[in-house]
Amino acid sequence: MTAATLPADRRAEGAMTTLRRGLRMMPEFRRGLPATFALALVATAGRVVVPIAVQQVIDRGLDGPDGPDLELVTWLVAACALVVLLTAVAVYRMNVRLFRTTETALANLRVRAFRHVHDLSVLHQQGERRGSLVSRVTSDVDQLSVFMQWGGVLGLVSMGQLVVATVVMAVYSWQLTLLVLVSFVPLVFAVRWFARRLAQVYGVVRERVGDVLAAVAESVVGAPTVRAYGVRARTAARLDAAIDRHYRSQVDAQKVTAAVFVSGEFVAAVANAAVVVVGVLLGLAGDISAGTLVAFLFLVTLFVAPVQTASEVLNEAQNAIAGFRRVLDVIDTEPDVRDPAVATPDRVRELPAGPLGIRFEHVTFRYAHGARPSLDDVDLTIAPRTRVAVVGETGSGKTTFAKLVTRLMDPVGGRVLLGSDDGGLVPLAEVGFASLRARVVMVPQDGFLFDATVAENVRYGRPGMTDDEVVAAFGDLGLGAWLAGLPEGVATAVGQRGESLSAGERQLVAIARAYVADPDLLVLDEATSAVDPATEQRLTRALDTLTEGRTTLTIAHRLSTAERADEVLVVDAGRVVQRGTHAELVDAEGPYARLHASWRRSSAGEPEPVG
Amino acid sequence: MPTRRRDAVLRRGFRHIRRAVAEQPRMFALALLASTLYGGMTVASAWVIGEITSRVLLPAFDEGATTGAALTLAAVAILGVAVLKIVGILGRRLFAGVMSYRLQAEYRRRVTGQYLRLPLSWHQRHPTGQLLSNANSDVEAAWFFVAPLPFACGALVMIAITAVALVLTDPLLAVVGLVVFPLVFLANIVYSQVMSPRMQRAQQLRAEVSEIAHESFDAALVVKTLGREDTETERFGERADQLRDGLIAVGRVRGLFDPMMEALPSLGTLAVLLIGAGRVADGAVDAGELVAIAYLFTLLALPIRAIGWVLADLPRALAGFDRVTPVLEATGETPYGPDAATVTAAGAGVALRGAGFTFAGGTRPTLTDVTFDVPAGRTVAVVGPTGSGKSTLAGLLVRLVDPADGTVLLDGIDLRRLREGEVSTQAAFVAQSAFLFDDTVRDNITLGGPYDDEQVEAALRVAAADEFVAALPEGLDTRVGERGASLSGGQRQRLALARAVVRRPRLLVLDDATSAVDPSVEARILDALRAGERPATVVVVAYRQATIALADEVVWLAEGRAVARGTHAELLEEVPGYAELVRAYSQAEVAA
Repeated sequence: MTAATLPADRRAEGAMTTLRRGLRMMPEFRRGLPATFALALVATAGRVVVPIAVQQVIDRGLDGPDGPDLELVTWLVAACALVVLLTAVAVYRMNVRLFRTTETALANLRVRAFRHVHDLSVLHQQGERRGSLVSRVTSDVDQLSVFMQWGGVLGLVSMGQLVVATVVMAVYSWQLTLLVLVSFVPLVFAVRWFARRLAQVYGVVRERVGDVLAAVAESVVGAPTVRAYGVRARTAARLDAAIDRHYRSQVDAQKVTAAVFVSGEFVAAVANAAVVVVGVLLGLAGDISAGTLVAFLFLVTLFVAPVQTASEVLNEAQNAIAGFRRVLDVIDTEPDVRDPAVATPDRVRELPAGPLGIRFEHVTFRYAHGARPSLDDVDLTIAPRTRVAVVGETGSGKTTFAKLVTRLMDPVGGRVLLGSDDGGLVPLAEVGFASLRARVVMVPQDGFLFDATVAENVRYGRPGMTDDEVVAAFGDLGLGAWLAGLPEGVATAVGQRGESLSAGERQLVAIARAYVADPDLLVLDEATSAVDPATEQRLTRALDTLTEGRTTLTIAHRLSTAERADEVLVVDAGRVVQRGTHAELVDAEGPYARLHASWRRSSAGEPEPVG
Repeated sequence: MPTRRRDAVLRRGFRHIRRAVAEQPRMFALALLASTLYGGMTVASAWVIGEITSRVLLPAFDEGATTGAALTLAAVAILGVAVLKIVGILGRRLFAGVMSYRLQAEYRRRVTGQYLRLPLSWHQRHPTGQLLSNANSDVEAAWFFVAPLPFACGALVMIAITAVALVLTDPLLAVVGLVVFPLVFLANIVYSQVMSPRMQRAQQLRAEVSEIAHESFDAALVVKTLGREDTETERFGERADQLRDGLIAVGRVRGLFDPMMEALPSLGTLAVLLIGAGRVADGAVDAGELVAIAYLFTLLALPIRAIGWVLADLPRALAGFDRVTPVLEATGETPYGPDAATVTAAGAGVALRGAGFTFAGGTRPTLTDVTFDVPAGRTVAVVGPTGSGKSTLAGLLVRLVDPADGTVLLDGIDLRRLREGEVSTQAAFVAQSAFLFDDTVRDNITLGGPYDDEQVEAALRVAAADEFVAALPEGLDTRVGERGASLSGGQRQRLALARAVVRRPRLLVLDDATSAVDPSVEARILDALRAGERPATVVVVAYRQATIALADEVVWLAEGRAVARGTHAELLEEVPGYAELVRAYSQAEVAA
């Protein structure tokens, strides 16, 4: 049921629908729009007035009946210059307004999308899709911003110019105006066809860009493998092929773009020729004068220019709207798990005070419709203050346990409750996230570290801690000596993703981070898998004393953890098949005894017989 | 001095343009030719309209009659010029596009060629994200300006022609042109200089916003389980707001420049009219000439803007190119020697002599003076606590990195003396986290090597990967997705092991590469490699006692030093740290 995916591509959705959807989501943008439109109109008027005035100067000032009328020319030129300057000021004002409103609106959109992505389970369930989610809040929004400020301004002014030019043309001669409009009709259809074609070719380009990105990533992320296996030439060939395919798709797209542009040019020439021929015929019939025809020819160019600009902008618009759609789709995706404090504020509850027990009521979970359930009708209670280890083969459903208890996912059947018999059990689905996250903390297998110091990473668990308190926390965990061995102690920078530390050292910091958060229920999901056994044992002993009074749920990869737990749950094929203390289970017939025997052999140094 | 710096930007910009032209001279020449055709036809279209007016329109209106031939001629002239102009536009766009894309592709090849050539130590010094953007967005930014370049150069030609026409027509009018054109240039230059730092800042902020998003999304589980979504959003929002302000600052400058560029030619036209009217009155110029010049001024407006586009994009191009240059100029290519490895029927002997290694920027050495031998055909386990330098040591053995001090010997030959490709034909390495290529299962195992399906399947059986591969939708032909995304961690690790096994290497180095596979599978892999006519030498980094038990000898590594060496039993007895580490589980049991 959990839709670990983004909604199906809404390719079918029209551009206008996307725009409307977007404008609904960006009120800041809508508020600024009318004034910007007004300024665009002024700018348009300026563009049209100037050429017409130039025509007037030539016709009346120079070709006047008494030869050049210098005084008139001076006045006309001065007036025109004033209009030119006013237009420039109007365009400037419009631009600044447009930049400010679009950037403000887009920054808010960006932040909103970012916040929303954190609510989507796709983020932690399908790590490989993170890159595409990053692009929703970066390049997709960037593209939109570039378009709105470049294409948007041009498009706006062109649109106005088109309307004004049409009106002025109609004043001169309605017949010729009709003729011009008719000759542009094929262009309207051509543009529609081209729009589809452009979407297609740029779709291919985007795909190829993705291929190049992936191939480049192989040469960077796979650098050790490429060297260890001496496959430089092969990797280079794959890269070159990807780069070449991208290049060819770009050239194909450029062909279509050029065709779009010149189709406008050609139609304009046809319109000009038609106006000359029909205009002369109309003139011979006495409908228009020579002056009108000449002026009209001039106006046609005013009409043509914005049409060309529009076809130019169209290309960018395709990309921008596709990006816009991707951003909006993220925001419109309903998160699988919603904070009750937001979803149902009237029914939100807090976890009862005191140690927390866990109750699973007929809980079933599956990752996708029709898939085999990873947990199948699990019904059990874990008392507060117990240390429980969950063991089982890979794929048995262990991790699902952890994710349901921390409400990273919701079950498809049954419910999970937290609390205690005396404090009362509260359905997890009704617990506000603020209360839940403060009391229930999980340490995942990949204890991600931020590009900061050790201290800052630990502080992430409890903001406001001093460095001394962080040092003390490591001491509590028996890690004081390890910390002291770091070049700069708690002030050691861990590098991007903590890569300056080894995988095991990263896990130590992650555990310290969870420890300082002081939870009542601590969930460890294979949190020490990369730590060496001796350190792990020290750590577990320390955690044991520290977890006194809290409930600990450990997803174990090493059975040493199970040996120390108060209780062991053995999970197999989505069901809890055994439950009891280590001592009980190890002697009983069942999967645990088998698991344990195999593990004993591996840690005691007796390889299983090959067979 | 800021002015000197600005001059430098401009000078470097022109050098960058010359670089582009020098790399793609043929495409540039073709695009320039097409631009000139376009420019010529733009002027011609104005001339045609003028001729038609005086020869067809006015006579027709004056005489009240015209011929079909005259009208046809007029229409054909308009269409003919338009077609030529279209040819010019198509040529300009296509050739300029091809030029820009070829440069992008070429530099992408060069940059990634460097990535593959440069040693791993270079990779370790550069964050992954930076290398990815160097090859992608930076290369793109460096050559983006090329698209309007031929158009801009064509515009320069047009301006020159106009200037000549002006001087020939009337020196006084020429003065107007000589004022307006330099003004346009000046505005462009000032613009690109005011813009340059703002653009760079915006670009920088863009990268930072992206970095935060990347980091924060990668940290999703931590953010969510600690309930830190709001502080993360705040962190992201802060930078997004800075980016917004940066982009608005860019917008203010552009918002001013754009209307200025539009107004300048218009004002020029008006000045021509004003002065020209006086000259017409004086009789120095006739009205027709004045109209022609005024028209030319309007026509030039667009091409002049193309110059602006190029100049405006130059700072961004330079910034991008500056980020790419260090990659292209990076040296430190792994030096290879002339020697071939001595191939014997047995495994390879490998030895470290006083090897030391310190990570770039690291203060403490990762390895110090490590010396030990692994005789041919033996299996040695390297054991040590978390962070003791085991992975670095494993990398040294297959020459992923070279030691800073000392040497690594393969069959007695310094690895640095071996020919390129020699180490990888003798040795196979499997890392802690398995890396798979976005390719089929088969290709991920053969990596293009000469192994038939039978060998591949045998290797898969040894690595206990045969069952899950058989269950994949297309078996060996299943694509594993980017970095093997469609497989689980354990499955990836088993494929990586099969990749090593199929090569029947003389030396196998396993860097904690069997943590996700069953001990019995691990034993099977080692047995398969040690049996047969060419028993391999194996160095294995491990914690598990089962793995250690497979080894003939153990090297105990602590704080980057090979402290002790011996059999498992000897070390248990002599080295307290070793005993504590490998016995941790049994002790735990005793304590429980």
